[in-house]
Amino acid sequence: MGAAFSPAVLLASAIIGALAAVLGVSVWSLLATMVGGQDATLPLGTALLAGALQAVVFVQVEAATRRVGVAYAAGVALGCVAFLLHPGPPIGLADGAAAGWGYGGMVASFAITGLMVRGAFDGLNLVEFHRVEIETIIIRLLRGFGIAFFTLSVAFPFYVMVVTSLKNQAELIANPLDLGIDFTRGFLTLTSSYWQVLTEFNFARYIGVSTLVSVSTMMITLALAIPGAYAVARLRFPGRIVLSQSILLIYLFPAIVLVLPLYAVFSQLGLRNSLIGLLIVYPATTLPVALYMLQGYFRGLPAELEEAGIIDGCSRWGVIMRITLPLSLPALASVGLYVFMIAWNEFLFAFMFLDDPRIFTLSRGVVSLNSSEVPRQYLMAGAVIVTVPIMALFLWFERYLVTGLTAGGVKG
Amino acid sequence: MKASLKAQEQRLAYLMLLPPLLIVAAVVIFPVVANFWISFKPVGLADLRTPTPSVREPGNLDPAAGTVEVRYRLANRSGKLVIGDVVLRDTLAPGLTAPADTGPCAVAEEDLTCRWDDWAPRYSERLTLVFAAQPAFFEAGIDLEESEPEMTGNAENPMLSGGFTLDNYRRVLAQRDFVQVLGVTVVYTVFGTLGALILGLFAALLLNQEFRGRTLLRGLFLFPYVSPVIAVAFTWVFFLDPFSGVLNALGIHYGITETPLNFLGTESLTIDLFGLEFGFPLALATVIAFEAWRYFPLAFLFILARLQALPSDLYEAASMDGATPLQKFRFITLPQLVGILSILFMLRFIWTFNKFDDIFLMTGGAAGTRTLTVNVYEQGFALLNLGAGAAAAVITFGMLAVFMVLYFIGMPKEEVS
Repeated sequence: MGAAFSPAVLLASAIIGALAAVLGVSVWSLLATMVGGQDATLPLGTALLAGALQAVVFVQVEAATRRVGVAYAAGVALGCVAFLLHPGPPIGLADGAAAGWGYGGMVASFAITGLMVRGAFDGLNLVEFHRVEIETIIIRLLRGFGIAFFTLSVAFPFYVMVVTSLKNQAELIANPLDLGIDFTRGFLTLTSSYWQVLTEFNFARYIGVSTLVSVSTMMITLALAIPGAYAVARLRFPGRIVLSQSILLIYLFPAIVLVLPLYAVFSQLGLRNSLIGLLIVYPATTLPVALYMLQGYFRGLPAELEEAGIIDGCSRWGVIMRITLPLSLPALASVGLYVFMIAWNEFLFAFMFLDDPRIFTLSRGVVSLNSSEVPRQYLMAGAVIVTVPIMALFLWFERYLVTGLTAGGVKG
Repeated sequence: MKASLKAQEQRLAYLMLLPPLLIVAAVVIFPVVANFWISFKPVGLADLRTPTPSVREPGNLDPAAGTVEVRYRLANRSGKLVIGDVVLRDTLAPGLTAPADTGPCAVAEEDLTCRWDDWAPRYSERLTLVFAAQPAFFEAGIDLEESEPEMTGNAENPMLSGGFTLDNYRRVLAQRDFVQVLGVTVVYTVFGTLGALILGLFAALLLNQEFRGRTLLRGLFLFPYVSPVIAVAFTWVFFLDPFSGVLNALGIHYGITETPLNFLGTESLTIDLFGLEFGFPLALATVIAFEAWRYFPLAFLFILARLQALPSDLYEAASMDGATPLQKFRFITLPQLVGILSILFMLRFIWTFNKFDDIFLMTGGAAGTRTLTVNVYEQGFALLNLGAGAAAAVITFGMLAVFMVLYFIGMPKEEVS
């Protein structure tokens, strides 16, 4: 009994356990507060001690018994017991339904702490504990915290957006911390903000306008970019090198610098408050990346195929339509999706150009919800409505969009 | 024969390139040039409007006297330009009899046409015509405002007329807080860029290892970047709200802060650190955090792609030699990321410098977050001075041009291809 571990191992395990428990208990307390609507406390000091103890016990028992399961169970049990030494019930929750959050949450969070500790020591040689082992543990620790940090900080705002849109005014004022969804209210009541926004604030119409604008932008961009990119990729003409290298320079121009003269000129031409105006501006801003991406792709296609087509009597256009484009479908999908996304998400020009509520795009429509007279849950419902289609598209075609993002690498 | 084929190919190439180049020239190149022009012109936002009559007043119906008063309020809103050949056209309600003296107007059946020669700047006039009508007219209850009056006139284009002036530049440069705007721009750009890069590097290192759920996380990490700025910016604003926001509620719940923090409205938060008091630009830090949060996915994507292309034999060799994980990162991984990191830094630096939407939506440029780009909007649209806005845009563009030159001098040559 009692493997002789160096103080370094004990210290390392105590630190890991303490940090893991702090993470576990914090998440538990946050969940109880925000999802469970409980009045949870966060006894970090006790969590530190309990976690340290749990990890030390785990390492010792594991060394003594060589059985990870037993060591894990012992660690979790001791962690819970140590945590219960804190005066009062766990994180201040004892009564009725809260007890589930309190005791159940405690067991769950120390079980997770145990998993983290186990993961940190997995496969490491604890008898010879050198720099490699220490760094491995540090890296594993950073990895765990990093993944937790990124996942939470990315997902949380979106979660807040969705949950807020499903609340009513009274609930929002009563407890801003309650981020649970009360499914007992029924689907229609839960989504009442959406119905309001879609009908009374005309968002059903804006969805149509945004779709029209984005799809048209995509078509116009592709229609202009395909011949242009083909020319740069395949045909020889003076200025070709300069053009292919400088086309992306356009992307370094700030939109705000463009918007002011365009506003002036479009106002005078009567194009400002119109979708035509947007359909001139949007393709222009997406064309450089479309040209750049497509010409790169065309260049990678075997020229022999096209030459064979020409020998067989196809014209240049025939070659493009019958040989080049069918071979370029993946690139066309990437460019098309990328352009669609830019047009859908575009805010500045829609905001500056459109005054007429009948032709608002979704982005412009959401701005009109940002007023002190409109309840916040409507604004969030609007935000969800504008986000969901682009998310669905992104998740569905992630591969293509990621190609688009990395090749263009730009969205302003 | 060969030469003509070559010429044909050239012609075809130019033909194919013409439409995209024209539209880019019209929407990107032209405005940049136009900015220089406008920045030397004394034009306000109101000068863009052609003179329009205000909505016809509800007139005055007097059934007892049998008269109908039709009124128009007319004005040349421009403060500088004369409008010539002004014509007002309107359709009158049926059943009105024109008076003998109709002033500048002529009535033919139900059509009213009024003409003036020149309207001086800021000229305004009230035109009242008193028509006679039969009692039946009043019983019909006709709405006098039913037809929209139409107004035309010839005025010089304010963009093309008038002299040149340096007032716009004077106004922008003499702005009380112009130096602060410059400072805010630099801080926002540098820290926003670094924040996004460091977060992106960290995230890429996290996901450069096989584990379950990795594809899922990669998709999730791209969310901030692919979602519409409008949605995420308003969500952050709501999230950080001092009164109903989740973050402040949490801070108070756990006793971290005693009073709610106005994240987006506090220009300088006094922090007392061991008796040392200093001001922390909270609103600026918050918009920088948003910038880093929203754009780290781009850096993440590029760095991850580079990481996955690194040859694994180097790491194996290093392991044989007993290199520790951090040593491997420091001496193998990092040197191979220098190229992509510097390119990303330059690109993100320029894009962050150009950024307008994010700050505009979050703070509107208040509380010490006004960058050069927000200043362009402020001058041109909030203060309604198009010329000054263009001057601010030229200054912004000038700084950008300097960065671009540095970018091309400094870009590692082997990465250009």
